[in-house]
Amino acid sequence: MATDYVIAKQVSKHFGHQQVLNQIDLTLPAGMIYGLIGPSGAGKTTLIKSILGMEAVDSGTVKVMDTVMPNRAVMAQVGYMAQSDALYETLTARENLTLFGQLMSVPKIKLAQMIDYAAGLVDLTSQLDKRVSGYSGGMKRRLSLAIALIQDPQLLILDEPTVGIDPELRQQIWTELNNLKDTGKSMLVTTHVMDEAERCDYLMLIRHGIALAEGTPAALKQQYAVDTIEQVFLKAGRMQDANDGNR
Amino acid sequence: MRTMAIVRRVFKQMLRDKRTLALMFLAPLLIMTLMYFLFQNNTTQVASLGVHHVDQSVVNVIDTKNVTIHHYDSSQARKMIKQHDLDGYLTQKNGQLTITYSNSNPTNTSLIKASLQSGLVKLKMKTLVTVTKKQRAALESQQAALKKLTAAQTQATVTKLKTAIAQAQARGDQATAEKLQKQLKQATATTSSSTQSAKATSYTTKSHYIYGSSDSTFFENFSPAFLGFFVFFFVFLISGVSLLNERTTGTLSRLLATPIRRSEIIMGYLIGYGGFAIIQTVLTVVFTIVVFKIHLVGSIWLVFLTNLLLALVALTLGIFISTFTNSEFQMIQFIPLIVVPQIFFAGLVPVDGMASWLQAIAHIMPLYYGANALTAVVTKGAGLGDIGVNLLILVGFMVVLTMLNIVGMKRYRKV
Repeated sequence: MATDYVIAKQVSKHFGHQQVLNQIDLTLPAGMIYGLIGPSGAGKTTLIKSILGMEAVDSGTVKVMDTVMPNRAVMAQVGYMAQSDALYETLTARENLTLFGQLMSVPKIKLAQMIDYAAGLVDLTSQLDKRVSGYSGGMKRRLSLAIALIQDPQLLILDEPTVGIDPELRQQIWTELNNLKDTGKSMLVTTHVMDEAERCDYLMLIRHGIALAEGTPAALKQQYAVDTIEQVFLKAGRMQDANDGNR
Repeated sequence: MRTMAIVRRVFKQMLRDKRTLALMFLAPLLIMTLMYFLFQNNTTQVASLGVHHVDQSVVNVIDTKNVTIHHYDSSQARKMIKQHDLDGYLTQKNGQLTITYSNSNPTNTSLIKASLQSGLVKLKMKTLVTVTKKQRAALESQQAALKKLTAAQTQATVTKLKTAIAQAQARGDQATAEKLQKQLKQATATTSSSTQSAKATSYTTKSHYIYGSSDSTFFENFSPAFLGFFVFFFVFLISGVSLLNERTTGTLSRLLATPIRRSEIIMGYLIGYGGFAIIQTVLTVVFTIVVFKIHLVGSIWLVFLTNLLLALVALTLGIFISTFTNSEFQMIQFIPLIVVPQIFFAGLVPVDGMASWLQAIAHIMPLYYGANALTAVVTKGAGLGDIGVNLLILVGFMVVLTMLNIVGMKRYRKV
């Protein structure tokens, strides 16, 4: 199945005594925005790092682009935006983009063009030659997103991409993510902003390392007989706690 | 390609961090300058010695340029030393000299010890000389008497022989005459040789220095070791802290989310910071040689090479140690543990004279090999063949640490 960018099967992972991921299945086909929602510490970031091959899983398999992870070469096809802004503050935005472009093997002749494209997308073109140390939190977030886009990847993995970004720009970024989706790219996005969850094509609710529910936003609302994803989330959480209490 | 991207980044970051640059390039020069003036005049140390009731002849010989004598009226050494801040106190009872050292400064104690010892030896020599003089006079008079006696004896033999020769010649016996002539020659020869009496030989010393000269200072002997130490110290600190920063800000983990190899990151660091280590080495070495006129016997290129290898070991060690730390503060804690002990084994204290277990420790210290090689090149003019083993060991340290670093990064990415 060449059209599935990510196939994770029965992924489990624990740190010490804590089970962080418990037999998670995840399939991300081409041309889809897949949302991972759940509270902090639910295991979203660990799942993402396992998919990237940076974290070793205890059991289960992860395939990205039909390749079993971890695999170094596949990483060039994945645009990654980490939860915390990992930027070189003494360098300018352009230098940061150039560095990651080179690491992602963007051809030299294409690099300048890609920098303009990525910077334009996140509205940083006029501040490209400013040092990152002078950036605001939102600007850093946007630069991190631009870095994820630098090699024009088919798969984007975005860990909380819109934290600290103002509503107008958030709107803009989501429009652009949808445009990217239309060209056949896929995105795996974590969020705990519920109105963003509504914009995803498909959702997975994670809590305490367990996939509580999944489906399209509409299907989930129907399943739980509520009006918003937020209510789905709360209801699913209560049911989980009730089950834990019964055990 | 990816390695070079890392190298370029390291260069840009360093060039923008003016304070770190200054620390790396100017601090060694500053400390070397300070050391130069500290260790320049090491002969002007003067110890003060109090004396009480000591023979003038003894005082005269102890009084050297390194010891100043103060006369006091008390035999209570302890009290006088404390009261007058003396380094030693000398008292005499009949033939017995008693010295009390303050010993708050061991250098001054040994200064007094040395001049007391040499003074007493001088005194002994003087008495010996007077005794010898008397003996010599007696010997000379005996010799004169002996000389007279032999002269008289020779005279008798000579006249006897001469008459015998004359008789033999008169008889026409040529053979006997010649034989007697020889005897005569011998007899006269003995008289001339016995007049050459043995003259006393007096020794004078003339000093030659294989390495350095008579005005070689402490600084000159130890500057090569310190050169190595500074390069080691600053490179260790800067590389360790910068990789640590990379870890704590998350950029290392971000880097590893790209297809870069772990070895490419380490190599990028080696080349990037290695470049700055080269500049630092050249600056420090040239500064020491030109400004302080250090006598460099060997090749300057070997000095550069050794320092570069030391820097690379420090670089890999810094990166390695930073793996075990979570903050800059913890990184600093490793300095007294990892870096400072190395200076003790860099040649300040001769390693050959250490206890065997200490010698064993010396052999696991990279600076021991580096400083030894540097000292050998600078002061003895050692060539590549002489220090080759040391350099190879440094390369070994570097290779092993690099491997460990590459494996250690598996913590952040499995491939």
